[in-house]
Amino acid sequence: MADHADHSQELAAIAARLPALAALDGPALEAEYVALLGRKQGRLTEFLKTVLPGLPGDAKRTVGARANELRGELEAAFAARRAALAEAADARAARGTDLTMPGRERWRGGVHPVTQVVEEIVAIFRGLGFARATGPEVETEWYNFGALNFPPDHPAMDMHDTLYLDIPDRRAGEDRRRNRTSGIEEPHERRDRVERRMRDQGRWLLRTHTSPVQVRVLQQDPPPIRVVIPGWVYRKDPFDASHAPVFSQIEGLVVDEGISFVDLKATLSHFAREFFGAKTVVRFRPSFFPFTEPSAEMDVSCGVCGGGGCPACKGTGWMEILGAGMVHPTVLENCGLDAERYTGFAFGMGPGRIAMNRFGITDIRLLYESDMRFLSQFAEPPGRPAAEPSR
Amino acid sequence: MNVSRRWLEGFLRRDLDPQDLVRRLAMLGAPVDAVEPLHPGLDQIVIGQVEAVAPHPNADRLRVCMVNDGQGELRHVVCGAPNVTAGKKYPFARVGVTLPGGITLERRKIRGELSEGMLCSARELGLGQEHDGILELPTEAAPGTALLAVLPIADERLVVDVTPNRPDLLGHKGVARELAWSFGGSFRLPEIPGAPAAGLGTLRRVEEFRTVVGGVTVGTDDPAGCLRFTAVVIRGVKVGPSPRWLAERLEAVGARSINNVVDATNYVMLELNHPMHAYDLARLRGPAVVARRAHAGETVTTLDGSVRTLTADMTVIADAERVIGVGGVMGAENTEVSAETTDLVVECACFDPSRTRRARRALGMSTDASYRFERGVDLWGLPDAQRRCAALILATAGGSIEDAVDVWPEPAHPPRVFLRTARVAQLLGAALPVPAIEKYLVAIGCTVLNKPDDARLAVDVPGWRPDLRTEIDLIEEIARLHGYDNFPTGLHPYRVGRLADQPLDQVITRVRNGLVAQGLHEAATMSLGPADSPAALKLLNPLSSEEAWLREALLPSLLRGVETNWSRQVREVRLFEVGAGFARGGADGRPVETTRVAAVLTGARAPAHWTEGGAAPDFDLWDLKSLFEVAVALANPSAEVHLDASGWVARDAAGREIGHARRMTLPPPPWAAPVFGLEVELSPALPAPVRYTSVPTTPLSWRDLNLLLGPGVPAREVIRVLRSAGGPLVEGVEVVSEFRSEQLGPERRAVQFRVTFRAPDRTIRDEEVDQSVARMLKAVERQLDAKLRTA
Repeated sequence: MADHADHSQELAAIAARLPALAALDGPALEAEYVALLGRKQGRLTEFLKTVLPGLPGDAKRTVGARANELRGELEAAFAARRAALAEAADARAARGTDLTMPGRERWRGGVHPVTQVVEEIVAIFRGLGFARATGPEVETEWYNFGALNFPPDHPAMDMHDTLYLDIPDRRAGEDRRRNRTSGIEEPHERRDRVERRMRDQGRWLLRTHTSPVQVRVLQQDPPPIRVVIPGWVYRKDPFDASHAPVFSQIEGLVVDEGISFVDLKATLSHFAREFFGAKTVVRFRPSFFPFTEPSAEMDVSCGVCGGGGCPACKGTGWMEILGAGMVHPTVLENCGLDAERYTGFAFGMGPGRIAMNRFGITDIRLLYESDMRFLSQFAEPPGRPAAEPSR
Repeated sequence: MNVSRRWLEGFLRRDLDPQDLVRRLAMLGAPVDAVEPLHPGLDQIVIGQVEAVAPHPNADRLRVCMVNDGQGELRHVVCGAPNVTAGKKYPFARVGVTLPGGITLERRKIRGELSEGMLCSARELGLGQEHDGILELPTEAAPGTALLAVLPIADERLVVDVTPNRPDLLGHKGVARELAWSFGGSFRLPEIPGAPAAGLGTLRRVEEFRTVVGGVTVGTDDPAGCLRFTAVVIRGVKVGPSPRWLAERLEAVGARSINNVVDATNYVMLELNHPMHAYDLARLRGPAVVARRAHAGETVTTLDGSVRTLTADMTVIADAERVIGVGGVMGAENTEVSAETTDLVVECACFDPSRTRRARRALGMSTDASYRFERGVDLWGLPDAQRRCAALILATAGGSIEDAVDVWPEPAHPPRVFLRTARVAQLLGAALPVPAIEKYLVAIGCTVLNKPDDARLAVDVPGWRPDLRTEIDLIEEIARLHGYDNFPTGLHPYRVGRLADQPLDQVITRVRNGLVAQGLHEAATMSLGPADSPAALKLLNPLSSEEAWLREALLPSLLRGVETNWSRQVREVRLFEVGAGFARGGADGRPVETTRVAAVLTGARAPAHWTEGGAAPDFDLWDLKSLFEVAVALANPSAEVHLDASGWVARDAAGREIGHARRMTLPPPPWAAPVFGLEVELSPALPAPVRYTSVPTTPLSWRDLNLLLGPGVPAREVIRVLRSAGGPLVEGVEVVSEFRSEQLGPERRAVQFRVTFRAPDRTIRDEEVDQSVARMLKAVERQLDAKLRTA
């Protein structure tokens, strides 16, 4: 029993050194650590390694428990003191450092502002069960015009100043021969011939809208169809501050049984509130597109003035955002669908214009120039301007 | 289409507010692009009454007038007009007012006499050419009243954006019809001042190709190009200036007043959307006015003074010997109405829309007439247009009608369209009652036959709406007049689409996000530009020779982007683009379209930081190599990177080259850095889904091997040999450093490799590592003649 008491005294003596730890400096603290817990000569280590195994069963249990508990307390106390010392050292070091000096940066990349708008639009429609579809930029007259109910020689074509490719049209030679033998053709004969030729694809062109992808989607799969179609389109427009011959468009198409004008309004109103903000007011105006009927334009209340009228909305309080309409029955039939059974709606808008509007960009050419000082403004978070020549 | 607010008021018999019209027309599908106030400079002009006129003491031709301008004190005004008369009222411009011509009036002395303002002539107010004297105003209005309140000239021009399906809105009557519906009122044609009560009655209908009217042979020899031809012969007219009201109507919508006869035809076109033409009967050979096909190579001098060469598929108007007009496009000088004209043939015909369009395109012109014929005029409305025009001519130019005919070889009825109310509900999502549907259709001029035993309505559509040909066209009109905003907007339950995203689109997103994470900015460049390959595709009708080709590769566009940045003194450029490349050679002549990614790097590898002296190292080949490896892994996971003569290429599983990376030859300005570029074609194949491999829990050992490599020994080969000789415990081999010196000899180098070892299930023993290293050293020495470098 005397032995047992000695052992308790030894542990108590070690424990007594605990409160002093909080006052030791770095080297003294480490010396004390070696003295108490060092792997080779530490007093407590020694105790645990050599004394404890020699004790009888009962004592071994109680003394052992106390010794292990003490070791935990000591380790915690050393760790706390080390942390406090390190913190104090950091604070001392920081007093000598100018923390207003710039931090070390990495290059941040960014997505093009038009792509950002496209992705945001796609994401909203994804939430409404739409998938993304795409199609070729080089198209035939049939896909770009004929299937979409553009009559040959119709003024509606004036809205689509088209760039054609210098590739011989397979049917063209045959048509010319037919012309020569039949003499002068009557208007209806010409219409028939052009329609026939368009059906046989017709000339190659750069698509003037993303709508040919509607036709490809409808030909490919039966309804229900819900897709959004982003892509680049081409018009023979001179490149200036507000027009580009190549620009981005995003189109949407819904075809199923029971789709009505109410679904068109509901879906697009929902989109407008998601994209432009919950307080956005929309209005639908009648319009004209050959491939939809009824056709509509959707305006949203001007985001700058809130509808009161300002230069951004030319004083009207409204901004034109998209064209839409019920898919024309002729288009459905051209794609091989039963237009009595299936109905649908389509819409299209210009992410480039929307991006210009949203970011306050006044010259469309900036979108195409690859100027790093422009593009870096659209990184996340917005990057600093690219460095000027420095050497 | 320019519309005059005042002209519309004539139809609707009510005062109209331009801003209210803008709202109403927008919601009816005819948005107004602009509202232009007319005579904006006249709002300061008031009515002045001349109280007294006295001779000017120092000038014979000048008078001194005392003018009451409503402000109490009489004004001294020096006036040179011969017609100034005491007691009469004239337009008066006070001191400080700026006239439409730009002159601002000042208080000044004229030959010693004070003049405080000006009494104005019509020309000084921009109201006409008359300058014989000041404009006398026969009005009861008090002096000081605004001139615009008295003269019926205050007006606004509304520029209406008319869609191609609505030719009826190219005349004021059509716009008035829409507005009458909107106001819930009626409309009728404005009165023509001075029109005789007995005008042109019924036109003589002739169902043949030709007939004679008033001694003139008229008709159509080309009924496919000119479907119907009406002609009125009027004799004894006096051609002269139009009355003010007529000239003002035309000028209000931007048309020039020419003379009373030409103005009458233009007025009818702008009111009823029927282009018309008046010929000088005396100048007609034959005399005849007949529509026929042009002879190939025939020429005509049109009214704009240009000589036009015609082709055989154009319809022309001809007299017995020559062409006197291009059908539906423009008349000719040779039969133009002039001041000497006394007898007229007035033509109102209907030309085929698509032939008119092709003719005017072939001739490189577009006229008010061709614009209307292309879109379709009212085939059944020709006699009404003739009656309106005759009334105008008789009222403004006098004369008498000799005869009038209507040559219509193949008369037709306006089309009948059947409408199912169930179809209306199916498409519009709202069950509209039949009486409402009828009301809407009647408002646009349809006649509706509703037989209760039939589920359909029989609808006879009006001639002025050539866009209404099928049921869906009527449904659009029903929705339009019901008001798009009056349909509900509640989202219905729906079936999600059957299609999923295309794999290629998913790859595009992966590539884009992956390269942004590498610190690159996405660019969007033009896919039109100069030819960049022998297989490049040419445009048939390019905007310019600079934009005549479709690009095959994206990298040249990005290099142009680098040059743009350099030209703006921007040194650090990191760009990529995902887009289409085009080339000849697909099946059926279809061009091959590939989706590609290109990237360029130049400038500092990281933003310069002060801890490194404000300069970071520039991008080099090794940055390019790793970026290329990342791009290839993103774009086509099955492809591998190989060396080639000038850089690296990527080959897909079939060995086809799908990408390359190299230092570009673009010469940088002195302050810029070298440029590196890459391009990879995207594959629609998605990478295999990620499978987790267990994270090692056993300890790692490593050894550095500093190997002396002789000429032509590639590091990749060394790594391969080390790995295979080292055995299964080798986890990885990395290159740590490379050292070259003259001491080592030319093309020789010391490369330090770090080999890591690990046993998956236990702590690895030093002896095992030693044995593995020994095997590796033996292998590289035997196979690659590489030895450990001993310091």
